[in-house]
Amino acid sequence: MNAQAPAETGYNFAYLDEQTKRMIRRAILKAVAIPGYQVPFASREMPMPYGWGTGGVQVTAAVLGPNDVLKVIDQGSDDTTNAVSIRKFFAKTAGVETTTRTTEATVIQTRHRIPETPLTDGQILVYQVPIPEPLRFLEPRETETRKLHALADYGLMHVKLYEDIARHGHIATTYDYPVEVAGRYVMNPSPTPKFDNPKMHRSPALQLFGAGREKRIYAVPPYTDVVSLDFEDHPFEVQRFEKPCALCAATGVYLDEVVLDDRGGRMFVCSDSDFCASRRDAGHRGEMANAAQPAGQS
Amino acid sequence: MLDAASTGFADPVLDAQSHFRTLMDALARPGSIHAFRPRLTPPGGLPAELAAIALTLADHETAVWLDPGLAADPAVSAWLAFHAGTRITVDPGEADFALVTDIGAMPPLAAFAAGDDAYPDRSTTLLIAVDALSAGGDLVLSGPGIESERRLGIAPWPAALTEQLAANRTLFPRGVDLVFATSGAIAALPRTTRIREA
Repeated sequence: MNAQAPAETGYNFAYLDEQTKRMIRRAILKAVAIPGYQVPFASREMPMPYGWGTGGVQVTAAVLGPNDVLKVIDQGSDDTTNAVSIRKFFAKTAGVETTTRTTEATVIQTRHRIPETPLTDGQILVYQVPIPEPLRFLEPRETETRKLHALADYGLMHVKLYEDIARHGHIATTYDYPVEVAGRYVMNPSPTPKFDNPKMHRSPALQLFGAGREKRIYAVPPYTDVVSLDFEDHPFEVQRFEKPCALCAATGVYLDEVVLDDRGGRMFVCSDSDFCASRRDAGHRGEMANAAQPAGQS
Repeated sequence: MLDAASTGFADPVLDAQSHFRTLMDALARPGSIHAFRPRLTPPGGLPAELAAIALTLADHETAVWLDPGLAADPAVSAWLAFHAGTRITVDPGEADFALVTDIGAMPPLAAFAAGDDAYPDRSTTLLIAVDALSAGGDLVLSGPGIESERRLGIAPWPAALTEQLAANRTLFPRGVDLVFATSGAIAALPRTTRIREA
């Protein structure tokens, strides 16, 4: 979209030095070979604070080439601060073309959503991950969680989901919902809504996960089984929405609630801003499409 | 002694990036064949494809094992030391990467590092030069990265390797990962791939 002139002088291509990229690339290749296993890596300080996607940015920097087209989303949106600044970061340091269109992108870095438009073979989805360890809040010691992964002992996680049922009558985990990858490792999908979990299953795209503060990289190769944990009598379910998107009338997509006033007025709109805009461009109109546009939607 | 006629990458940054992407694609889609045309001149008997993968991934943090044919040529070690700064090891069990030019005389896969249950990533990636790779060969592959089944032909293919790879698969998540290179192309068999002969 904004094909920038050559990368700004003074930085190596895509910011990171070559030794760092090699170290990250070695970790990525092992991550791809061992789906769902968290490979430790020597995460570097990045010119942004932890929590802003330093892991995802390092993975993207190691993967990105001059012919890539980069899309960055934050909670589904292309135009929030985090997405805009990461997109500009790579436009500046790598000179790559950027886009907001899911279908045009070769590399998509994401914070907490998977695009609604199905991904295709050849695309790479890079997740920003805050806490990569699914067992961390159940067992704080790294030495112990590592042992549990080594033994494939995931009883703790099932107890946690069971306690959800005992307390709430249903599994109350709605985001960062644990998945089993290729029948072996239990993995955090990063705090995507559980609505997105089924999209990971046998996706034709390569999925890479980077956790900068926690110094872990993991991956799900294309066409790999990704199963959300559940029980026979409490099968995994995704969120359902009562109304379609107020702007584009899409159903079966993840909606954000937007408060409109202080009298209880609200609307539900697509969290995926590109998907919503494409539908409106194609002529779809929701019930509030002609009202004032809410913040965050272009 | 560095061979005066040998060279490293023409463009160290972008060559390494494009080679890495090809490798990642190959490992993410086991058995698929990817064009791989390095722009460098390695010394002696070191094939350009293996040399390019080594420069893409190896550095002072890694240990590289050379098969007897490569180890016998001091120009190969000198070239790797100069361009990658990598350590050469004689113990395949501690190698991050193993460069193999004679697949028939390769040590058994069990001789290489398979990692441990807590750190299965601490394992050897074997880089093996072969005469030919062909789509639709005798090896029938399935597993992560493969939609249903994929067929691959590797020549020469030592009979014992099928059995060793099956044993490697049973170690999962431990195990070694294999990258095969022929002139102008690579294909990979990560430890997740199930292999049978048609």
